[in-house]
Amino acid sequence: MTDIRADTAASADIESIDEFRARARAWLAEHMPPIDPAAPPAAHRDEEGCWQRARQLQKRLYEGGFAGICFPRECGGLGLDYEYQQAFDEESLSYEMPLILNTPTFTICCATLLDTGSEEQKRRHIAAALRGDEVLVQLLSEPSGGSDLAGVITRAERDGDRWVLNGAKTWSTSAFAADYALCLARTNWDVPKHDGLTMFLVPIKHPGITLRRITQLNGSTEFCEEFLDAVDVGDDAVVGEVDGGWAVASRQLYHERRAVGMSSEFASGSGSEGGRSTPVNYAALTKMVGQADNERVQQLAGRALVHRAVSDQLGGHVYRSVRDGILPAAAGTLIRLFHAETTTLEMDTGLAITGTAGVVGADGEGLQAGLRYLARQAVCMGGGTVEMARNVIGERVLNFPREYAADRGVPFSQVRHGN
Amino acid sequence: MTAVDSPEKILFASTTQAFLQKEVPLSRVRELHAQGVSFEPAWWRRAAELGWTALLVPEELGGGSVSGDGVADLAMVAEQLGKTVAPGPLYPVSTVLAGLVDSADPRSHEKTIESLIAGETVAAWAVYEPRQGWAPHEPSVTATATDSGYRIDGVKDRVEAGAHSDLLLVVARTGDGVGQFLVPTDAPGVRIEPQQSIDLVKQYARVHFDGVVTDGGAAIGGAAGLIDRQSQIAQVLQCAEVVGILQTVFDFTVAWALDRHSFGRPLASYQALKHRFADMKMWLEACRATTAAAVAAISARSPAAALSSSIAKSYVGEMATDIIQGCVQMHGGIGVTWEHDLHVYLRRAALYRSIFGTPEEHNLRVYQLQDAGQRAPRSA
Repeated sequence: MTDIRADTAASADIESIDEFRARARAWLAEHMPPIDPAAPPAAHRDEEGCWQRARQLQKRLYEGGFAGICFPRECGGLGLDYEYQQAFDEESLSYEMPLILNTPTFTICCATLLDTGSEEQKRRHIAAALRGDEVLVQLLSEPSGGSDLAGVITRAERDGDRWVLNGAKTWSTSAFAADYALCLARTNWDVPKHDGLTMFLVPIKHPGITLRRITQLNGSTEFCEEFLDAVDVGDDAVVGEVDGGWAVASRQLYHERRAVGMSSEFASGSGSEGGRSTPVNYAALTKMVGQADNERVQQLAGRALVHRAVSDQLGGHVYRSVRDGILPAAAGTLIRLFHAETTTLEMDTGLAITGTAGVVGADGEGLQAGLRYLARQAVCMGGGTVEMARNVIGERVLNFPREYAADRGVPFSQVRHGN
Repeated sequence: MTAVDSPEKILFASTTQAFLQKEVPLSRVRELHAQGVSFEPAWWRRAAELGWTALLVPEELGGGSVSGDGVADLAMVAEQLGKTVAPGPLYPVSTVLAGLVDSADPRSHEKTIESLIAGETVAAWAVYEPRQGWAPHEPSVTATATDSGYRIDGVKDRVEAGAHSDLLLVVARTGDGVGQFLVPTDAPGVRIEPQQSIDLVKQYARVHFDGVVTDGGAAIGGAAGLIDRQSQIAQVLQCAEVVGILQTVFDFTVAWALDRHSFGRPLASYQALKHRFADMKMWLEACRATTAAAVAAISARSPAAALSSSIAKSYVGEMATDIIQGCVQMHGGIGVTWEHDLHVYLRRAALYRSIFGTPEEHNLRVYQLQDAGQRAPRSA
């Protein structure tokens, strides 16, 4: 196995994108299950079986030498440019891919470990994730508040040569299916909030962690909350520096914004996860509700399609502009905000097109548009609210004065938090 | 402009920019308006000498572009024009040239092409008809075959620079479909009525064709594909100019928000305003992204060019006027005065929102193209 991968990496030195694409095409045809990209099989993030399936598919990619195209070779990846990943994404559209591993495992957690982790953490965890052996998630938000991430009150205290974590986390995506989590905790209460945080890589199956699923209003149980009760880890669990956790969290937020905007080079496969996340086929929807020939309805659908296409175009534009130094890195937030606005428009459009069929009738005959609409605001919150995104764009893209913050420069122990 | 532009393209861009700043700053645009002048023919000839009119024409027909990608170079010029909402018939001339160079026998139009490149001749595309929306393939103007050529009858309107043109490229219904015909404006039976527009200097015209007789050489072969190509060129140049307008307006509004103080604080420090600026920045970059994608698709003559052009025209049309009106709001009362330049930009953007297909018309088109199985173009 190792030898095959070494050969692949070596040949990649001279392999052009077209050659890589041709080799990927042939390999995919032989090794990955074909699907109809217009109707991809649903990979439900709240079902354990789907995660097992994703791990198996990832293992196949790894064995075939197509895992981690943009991750460095020393971490088990191929060390190639984004153009190779994009070619692979195009070729793999009509095959079943382990898409649910992309976010947060690859695009956020592994990407952040690559930026801030120790050599040992990178080699061990990124490689394990690329082999399909590890799923990584984030334990960031807390019941006491979501947007003020640097105000977390989960504590990590020194006990001999161990760290002991106590507290509660919430809104962690897919944590039930994970092996490790990047967990932000407070290690120093006597300094301003950003300066007393440390990031830990904790095993999610630790006996001190009690995990509970959150049921969302649309029935999804993808998100979890965790109670940490004397969770002890060693120094090797610290990611980055002790009290330097905000730098690590900032990288996670950066990678998360890019992932939400679908422009991360660490994602593999660009198809839809199926089920609720399949883009609406408006032609089918208008037919379903007997409005296929209604120009008013066609215009509404056309506008949604325009915004959907521009969302994709903006992703590429911002990626290139940041790469070329035309826009600052914080411009990734433009993509996050646009994605939320577009998804909101699409859900509103679905509700408008289906009319009464969106609120009375059967799932699959129009009612799905109404059900989808009910959870509309989730996309305006997950990964940071759109209000926070607008602050980031105002302050870090346009360089406007920062918002007043009562806790700036104040030791966290003296700051009022929660309610 | 990107980090990978060649020195030649950078020089071309800076020459264009310097020419526009020196010759047609906003103060000059206001003067032209006060005099009721759309553009000065001598100025247009000097603009043509910079190479703007040669960009869509292949070298063998006397044209050429600096980067080898004439559509992209022309879009860059258009973006520069937006900075001062410059006058001139670049788009009507470019749209006619796009048709002539792609026609069945471009050599037969060599003299016209040469004269258009030199800025000696001005031509315009007569495509709209009274009380009709954007339906370039459905003319009611007729071209009836005669012994020696065609007889043109009917009315066109919203012809940009119609009253300043020597030639019109007229879309007309023939016995066996739709064709395009080059008609001199001094031909007997042609009557031109100027039409007011909301722009300060862009002027339009209604043109009556009353038994206008042309020779056989007036017919431009290859109609259906040509009309689509010309539509796309016309649409994407407007989008590119609007991107230049938006960048200019947004930049001076950001500067205003940082400088202007009320209650002892800069406007830019208020979250309510900051959030509006964040939205405008996002929409501006999205306009840039979708325009760049359309330029690339049209330049490459991609099968998705029509779809990409409609996506850009719809999106830019929808958002641009909102962004500028938002900037007016950020300025307060000064923003609705004649004295402030905001309205000069708003006029041009509002004009372009509607010409060559409203967002609503293009939304319908995007739906129908996608229903017919075209995939949305990826970003470019």
